[in-house]
Amino acid sequence: MTSLARPASAWHISAWLLAGLVSAPIAAVALNLLLPRGDVWRHLADTILWELTWNTAWLLAGVAVVSGTLGTALAWLVVAHRFPGRRFFEWALMLPLAIPAYVMGFVFVALLEYAGPVQTTLRAAFGETFRLFDVRSGWGLVGVLSLVLYPYPYLMARSAFASLGSAPVEAARGLGLSPRQTFWRVALPLARPAIAVGVALALMEALADFGTVSLFDYRTYTVAIYRVWFGMFDRVAAGQLAVVLLLWALALLALERTQRGRRRYAQAHGRTAADVWPRLAGTRALAATACCTTVLGVAFVLPLATLGWWAVTPGVTHPASFRPLIMNSVVLASVAAVLCVSAGLLLAYARRRTHSKGLRFATEIAGLGYALPGSVVAVGVLAILAGTDRALADLVLRISGYDIGLLATGTGLGLLFAYLVRFIALGFHPTEAGLSSIPRSIDECAASLGTTPGRVVRELHLPLLRASLAAAGLLVFLDVMKELPATMLIRPMGWDTLAIAVWQMTSESLWREAALPALTIVAAGLPAVICLTWLGTSRRTPGETAS
Amino acid sequence: MRRCVVACVGLIGAVMFLMDSAPAARSQEAKTLTVYSSRAHYGAEPVFEAFTKKTGVDIKFFNGNNNEVFERLRNEGARTSADVLLTVDAGNLWNAAREGLLSPVQSKILTANIPAHLRDPENRWFGLAVRARTIMYSTARVKPDELSTYAALGDPKWKGRLCLRTSSNTYNQSLLGSLIKQEGEPAVEKMVRGWVANNPTYINGDTQILEAIAAGQCDVGITNTYYLARLLQKTPDLKVAPFWPDQQGHGVHVNVSGAGVSAHAKNREGAIALIEFLSTPEAQSTLAGASFEYPANPAVEPHAILKNWGTFKTQAVGVAAAGEFQAAAVKLADRAGYR
Repeated sequence: MTSLARPASAWHISAWLLAGLVSAPIAAVALNLLLPRGDVWRHLADTILWELTWNTAWLLAGVAVVSGTLGTALAWLVVAHRFPGRRFFEWALMLPLAIPAYVMGFVFVALLEYAGPVQTTLRAAFGETFRLFDVRSGWGLVGVLSLVLYPYPYLMARSAFASLGSAPVEAARGLGLSPRQTFWRVALPLARPAIAVGVALALMEALADFGTVSLFDYRTYTVAIYRVWFGMFDRVAAGQLAVVLLLWALALLALERTQRGRRRYAQAHGRTAADVWPRLAGTRALAATACCTTVLGVAFVLPLATLGWWAVTPGVTHPASFRPLIMNSVVLASVAAVLCVSAGLLLAYARRRTHSKGLRFATEIAGLGYALPGSVVAVGVLAILAGTDRALADLVLRISGYDIGLLATGTGLGLLFAYLVRFIALGFHPTEAGLSSIPRSIDECAASLGTTPGRVVRELHLPLLRASLAAAGLLVFLDVMKELPATMLIRPMGWDTLAIAVWQMTSESLWREAALPALTIVAAGLPAVICLTWLGTSRRTPGETAS
Repeated sequence: MRRCVVACVGLIGAVMFLMDSAPAARSQEAKTLTVYSSRAHYGAEPVFEAFTKKTGVDIKFFNGNNNEVFERLRNEGARTSADVLLTVDAGNLWNAAREGLLSPVQSKILTANIPAHLRDPENRWFGLAVRARTIMYSTARVKPDELSTYAALGDPKWKGRLCLRTSSNTYNQSLLGSLIKQEGEPAVEKMVRGWVANNPTYINGDTQILEAIAAGQCDVGITNTYYLARLLQKTPDLKVAPFWPDQQGHGVHVNVSGAGVSAHAKNREGAIALIEFLSTPEAQSTLAGASFEYPANPAVEPHAILKNWGTFKTQAVGVAAAGEFQAAAVKLADRAGYR
């Protein structure tokens, strides 16, 4: 027993330390609650608070329904049906993830607004009074955000469907259920926790979004935080508003947990044999291919083609050299991916091995950075870094008379810490979902045979978790490639990334000039999508030999 | 697992090594100058190269949004590497001064070159280039004599014909702030309620508003002048023109992009020298000309496109009012239902 207890407490301590470190900037934001509430709150309550609440709720509901449905339906289509192009679409449908949401936003606004090419052509054809729907609306925003965010539920649902194992599906089919009934009565209930994680991640991203919602002039809580912070110069009230946003995120996570209920979902791991699934023929196969082509066309090919068209517009100037930008982006994103996935894995493990309510809550808090606007997280991180730095430098100065300056502020280390705070949720949630589907009996069995916990992790869990870890790494990598506010605030001087190059142009409404850097973000993300897809699906995992 | 940990540590170490900029900041030589700038992509402006050529002082830029640059400067405190803060919008300069991030500069050159209403009363910041935020109209569908003041855009004849940025836009906050200083809150609130009653179309960029006017989505709007100049440079026959409102009253609202010396500048002399240089006639025409702004130095002629628009009466109230009344402006907009 002692051999089991010791490593468990090591997990414990390191998990507490990590959770504490990552929560510190969030706590720094939350501390604003202790400060007196100014008249800004009364002002907001009298004026725009209800509009903000309604808008935020509407946005979340819209994105949940549209991205959740789209992601789940596509995942079921590519996993459980055989049709031309299936293997291609299986990974290609994740590609929109490589496009920053604000880029997708400005592409669709520019294409569909009154002065844009689509409406101009339609007016030329149908007369000056012709009007299309207004793209700068709640509907337009939900549409665009769902196109960028559906890959989250898609990714989670796809791996859940794929690892159902042949047994439940064969049983269902053997009992005479049609493929559709198999979906509703067997596959969907079993995949529900994974889909809920995907939707929760998409919603946290939507909740934190500032760039895209401002493009659509749609006012959510995030917009209000900026308005109070930089319009009314009231940083305390802005911090207090951010706490409200945290409560929204906690509610989302609680909702996600209820999807798992009290049941422990332990699934037989293994890829379901492809021949269980029906091979679609004739018009049905055509329809399936057309469906995937349409989604991929609208969410990926169309924006890319538009960016390409803008980039080659005569007279558009481009950055002198992309190499340093690409290098900076890719190195930062890779290191952050390794960091966030390792940290997420640690937290997920601690959660699996502990009964401590406190620790479980701490892991939950640690992931909240993902639901806060990048700037709020970044300012929290900066406050912690600079505060520590200043105290340290003052101390050293007093002792040695030598000023060491700021060690972490404005360095790569500080920036990576900011990414960890912001994106640890992406390392944690997919990993934890994957871990929770490994039956505990495996651990207990191995332990009873005298296997050390370290070996259990190395030889059993890690291979079984391969797909989840690859997915988590991919999500972090792509999100860091797209990340703007924390990079802008904390990066060392001269360390510009691709996202910063895009911003420098869009901040001046120079969308055509922003096209090439934006395309480069997508291009630099592609190898990661392909590589990690391959890593997540290619080789047979040890778990499969059992099934 | 162990190999993985070693690899992680190695990677992080490598990145830190690559990225550690702190030693550079510490061993600051007199021959470099660090500028924190939110003048977006203007970091590469030729006027700074001219300064380096003239003085031999290298300029390093840290570029970012107003808000991010401000927070970075504030948090770094006394150990910041910033010598100069260069930013757009008087409200931002005012806020930086209020937080004690800028230090006063007594310079005969600057007081001679920059008119009093374009700089901080306590000389902590100086406007270097001026933009007017004015009414833009479709020359195809609107006659200039239909227009008169900002407030007159609330006339019912503009119902459904008006395009505006939202009140989250810092330039609109500054416009309202300076109007509040001149006319008081009740008059401005009445004006804004008039705009809102006309059911304006909200559009998220000045350039996009001008394109919307040209395409026929709306007939009038309010934008900064340099955006129109940029479009006219590319499309000289664009059917949009500026109108100068309030010529019988307080005049057109102007805003600045400007600079101040960081309160903890390591190279204070160099910082002052740079701002002084930027105010001189030789630098002004390059600085303002390249971005289609009006030079802050009245001795310098604006770009030909701007000159073509003629001269006009501008607000006499100091641009600092934009910051002073910005919070009031945002609250007023909320009350009036101005999104």
